[in-house]
Amino acid sequence: MLGEAADFLSRWALPFLLLFIPTYALLRGVRVYEAFLEGAGQAFELIRRIFPALVAMLVAVGVFRASGALELFSAPLRPLLDRLGFPGEVLPLLLVRPFSGSGALGIMAELIRQHGADSPVGRLAAALQGSTETTFYVLAVYFGSVGVKDYRYAVKVGLLADAVAAGAAFLFCRWLF
Amino acid sequence: MMNLIWWGLLLCGVGVAVGTGRVEEISRAALEATRLSVELAIGLLGVAGFWLGLMKVAAESSLLQHLVRFLRPLLRWLFPEVPAGHPAEEAIALNLGANLLGLGNAATPFGLEAMRHLQDLNRGSSTASPAMCTLLALNTSSVTVVPVLVLSVRAAAGAANPTDIIAPILGATLTSTAAAVALDRYFRRREERAGRSR
Repeated sequence: MLGEAADFLSRWALPFLLLFIPTYALLRGVRVYEAFLEGAGQAFELIRRIFPALVAMLVAVGVFRASGALELFSAPLRPLLDRLGFPGEVLPLLLVRPFSGSGALGIMAELIRQHGADSPVGRLAAALQGSTETTFYVLAVYFGSVGVKDYRYAVKVGLLADAVAAGAAFLFCRWLF
Repeated sequence: MMNLIWWGLLLCGVGVAVGTGRVEEISRAALEATRLSVELAIGLLGVAGFWLGLMKVAAESSLLQHLVRFLRPLLRWLFPEVPAGHPAEEAIALNLGANLLGLGNAATPFGLEAMRHLQDLNRGSSTASPAMCTLLALNTSSVTVVPVLVLSVRAAAGAANPTDIIAPILGATLTSTAAAVALDRYFRRREERAGRSR
């Protein structure tokens, strides 16, 4: 039942948005074509912003994996990971995610290329990237903007929430695909 | 911290490569990575442009402002110390709504505006108020319906159905948001109890 709902959502989300958003906007008097062009133009700025971190992380993770260091360091965790069915390849993604969103995106893209977009590893990487946040960055920007220095329990909550999201993403992926 | 992680990855990579004699492999991997980053950036440009365009249309239609009305009762429950009708309420609603729709670029300005109003209520203290912690808990776990960049990468990599990742991400973020709200309350109560007994 829930699986069917998920399937339905995946199949119809994009067609629905494509019809609903422009129609709604047009009815509200928006010049939809011009608005779309303006938004699409921002893609260059977005890519320009994430590109440096992409290069940096792809090189570092590429070297880390090609050297065999990834296997070496994930070996002690291997029995636990294997029992859970959790692929060790995504560990660098989890390590980088709380600090750098674009860095983690680079790792995700690399995993997707290495294993395929529809492989279990590729899907898990995408689900992890999409469901967790750049916690330290968000906290620094938000609190920093108003001069708050004592974050109290916010770091704990943010990191634990990410851990919950990662665990849930793993379970949902295993269940749905 | 990213400085240490980045350097650590390179150090371990080169160190292990020297130990295992895979020096040529890592040189090749490094150059391969630079090529991949360009491919990726160009592949992303098209799909990200498409999403950002669609999202801009949504933003112009003030769809968000209409949706956030439904968030009001929820906000009263989440932020009891924010007076009803306070400007902070509006900004928080827009921030959460923008996150929900994957309008990451729009969410941050609304979020920072909300922080400014909450800091007024907090009388400019350098210690976070409970409302700020709740806002951050929601932002670091945010419920995501349209993860723009993830969808873009999947589409650029030739996924059969790039959007089929929406369901697990929505499920995972709903779970983590519920957990974040519960943890936020738990740690706040614990801190208040510890404060009273001191």
